[in-house]
Order: sequence, then C-alpha cells, then structure tokens
Amino acid sequence: MAESDTQGADYEEQHVHSVYEQIASHFSSTRYKPWPIVERFLQELPDGSVGADVGCGNGKYLAVNRNIFIVGSDRYALYQILSTNLIKIAKQHQPHAAIVADSLSLPHPAHSFDFAISIAVIHHLSTPARRVEAVKAVLDLLRPPSAEGSRDGGKALIYVWALEQKDSRRGWDEGHEQDVMVPWVMKGKKEKGSKKGKGQEERDQVVEEGAVKQAEDKTFLRYYHLYKKGELERDIEEAGGEVVQAGYEKDNWWAVAVLKRTN
Amino acid sequence: MKLLTLNFLTCAIKTCKTSPASFPLHPRDCELEVVESESVNLPFLKNILPRLMWDELRVIADELGLPALPSTPPTRDDLVEPSSSSTTTISHAQNAGNAAEGQQQAEEKPSQTARDLHRVLLETCIKEGKLVCGNCGHEYKVMEGVANFLLPGHLV
Ligand SMILES: [Zn+2]
Repeated sequence: MAESDTQGADYEEQHVHSVYEQIASHFSSTRYKPWPIVERFLQELPDGSVGADVGCGNGKYLAVNRNIFIVGSDRYALYQILSTNLIKIAKQHQPHAAIVADSLSLPHPAHSFDFAISIAVIHHLSTPARRVEAVKAVLDLLRPPSAEGSRDGGKALIYVWALEQKDSRRGWDEGHEQDVMVPWVMKGKKEKGSKKGKGQEERDQVVEEGAVKQAEDKTFLRYYHLYKKGELERDIEEAGGEVVQAGYEKDNWWAVAVLKRTN
Repeated sequence: MKLLTLNFLTCAIKTCKTSPASFPLHPRDCELEVVESESVNLPFLKNILPRLMWDELRVIADELGLPALPSTPPTRDDLVEPSSSSTTTISHAQNAGNAAEGQQQAEEKPSQTARDLHRVLLETCIKEGKLVCGNCGHEYKVMEGVANFLLPGHLV
C-alpha cells in the first residue's frame, strides 16, 4: 500500500502537477464564471462562516461572497496569479487568503471549518485509496455535528468530472475506461483577432481540438479519473462522511457531505 | 497574507497537528504590509469573533512587533459604536465606491475597537517571511503574500 501510494504520487507528479506548472503562466484571472451550484453553496452560507477552497486554482471562488472567510489552497505555486488576484479581491474588500499546499497535507487544524469546497480536484488522484484519502482530508476540516444524526456540522461540497457525459464533445459514457489522459491544448500566442482561443487556462476546460491550429500550439496530457454514478457517494462514505445532497451538473457529479459522528 | 489566516493555519505535517505546540505558527523575519480597505464589515467581524483564538493572536501580534492586543477579546457589543445613528449622511464607507452597501450598514457603525480589529486581522498582511512550527521547527516560506506549505517528500 505504501509502495502503491508512492507510485500514485509519482504518477500524479508527472501527469498532473508538471502539466499544471507548465500551463500556469497562461492561467487567466477571472474569465470563467463559477459553477452555479458552487456559487449558490457559497452564497447561502451564514455571514462570518469560515472555510477552505481546496484546489482553488486561480481563486475564482474566493470572490463569490464577501461575508465569509475562505482560505484557498492549491498545489501549484501560482504566486503571481494568486497574489495578483488576491490584491484585486482585497481591493473589493473581500476577506480571503490563499496558500500553496497539497490537498493530502493541508495545514489547517482538524475540525475547524464551517465549510469546505473541493472543485475539480479529486479526479486527479490516480488510485482509489488516494481519492478516498483526499475526500477524507476535506471532511476532516469540518466541524463535526453536535450529536449523532444531527446535521449541524460543517458542510463540504465536492465536485468531480463524470464518466457519463455522452452529450459533451468528448463523448465518454457508461462503460468507457474511467482512467483517461485528456489533451489540453495551449494556444501559441498569435493573431489578436482570434481572442476566443485565449484563456483556456481554466482547469475544467479543454480547448476544442481541431480548432485553428497554429505552429506554436502545444498539447499536454493530463490524468483524470472519471467518476461514474454513485462512486463519489461511495468514496465519501468510505472516508467517514455522510452525503446530504448529491447530483449531476454539466458533465460533473457533485455531493454535499457532512462528517459522520461516530460515537 | 492577512493575519486572520494564521488563526486557521497549523503545521502541514500530520504527526505535528495533534501537538498543541504546532498552533499557532510563529512568524519569523516577516515583512508586513498594510493593505487598506475602507469599509469595515461589521456583520463579518461580529460572526468571526467566537472563532478567534485570542491568546494565540496576541502572541502573534507580539512576535510581529505590533501594538499589544487587549488581554481579553472584545465582545460583539464592543464592536458597535454606541452613538450609531442612521442620520449620518457622509459615511466613510461611501468613499469606497459601493455607496449602496455603505448606506445599508449606516445604522450600526463600527466602533474604534472594530476598526482596530479590522486593521490588525484583515488589513495587516505578511508580505514576505517565514512561518515556523513550534513543535517540529519546520519553516514555511511566505512569498508575495502567499505561504507555501508543500513538504519535501520525506516529510509527507
Ligand atoms: Zn510541525
């Protein structure tokens, strides 16, 4: 197990982290709109709530609600992007912060947060054990409920890419291999006219393949584990959580979970 | 990095977390910067009050050479200006470019205590420096206001 764990980490280093690091400089700031479910989750939190955005990327969710405090973290040392965005956010009086951290070794005291979000992160872990561990790392941030069966504890929202997305241009569906390498095309800088091609920096997005190719375009492959129906809920249960709400939105499975009280 | 963040940070090493000495992290060789934001968010401050580890924050303020925090944390009432009046027309917050919000909050005005708390927790930031674990001594670097908690392989 320890050995396969190291292999998992090495594999991710090669097929996830190094790719993000190469594309990091091309991250756009706040071009992409937040997912509606994530936005609503954050907006419905009571004023003064404190929580974590594990895998915050460029920090786009940090600005959704100015009455809560979010500590965003990401594995990628996106200092420039994070600090630039944080300065922007600070100017809008947003009380947030961002740090660089690994989603499996988060520097937060256990059970201290009212909420946590993990958006498009867990599907990058390459073994079942590491995915459950990553879910557990998120759940362990939450305040436990006050009594058994009570749901007044902290809440986590977890979002992963779905296997079932036959209407997407990738066309994956039930029965397809779940562990896939997804091409990510970084456009070569050129021609100001084709603005549309820029900004595919967004981690949840894959640039249209076959879109006007330019000489300097570079293709990177990133590892994803595509979740099938019910799998996220099972990972959450196995990690000691209780699913309170779950669903499917635009090629992704999502679930809201609380920590199960075990006594 | 806003000082409030330190209220929610500890050592990233799993075996350290359970030790009380790992919280709070201790700032060392830090360059501070005040990032002014004109409006004090009173509902936010009130609600975050019970979450503050006051004694630990006092230690941090002291280690950073900031003016000493009071020995006991303020209460919610301490944060509101007693003579708050809704007739004040030129509110400070309105200069911030979100006049509508400024007006909404005009009924309860932040007290000096609230402004002081806002200044220390949300406007005072660590720009460069280190955060040190009191248990294992590991140093985490802060660069451009972002602290780095990635661990070398042998510590994961
Ligand atoms: Zn430590």
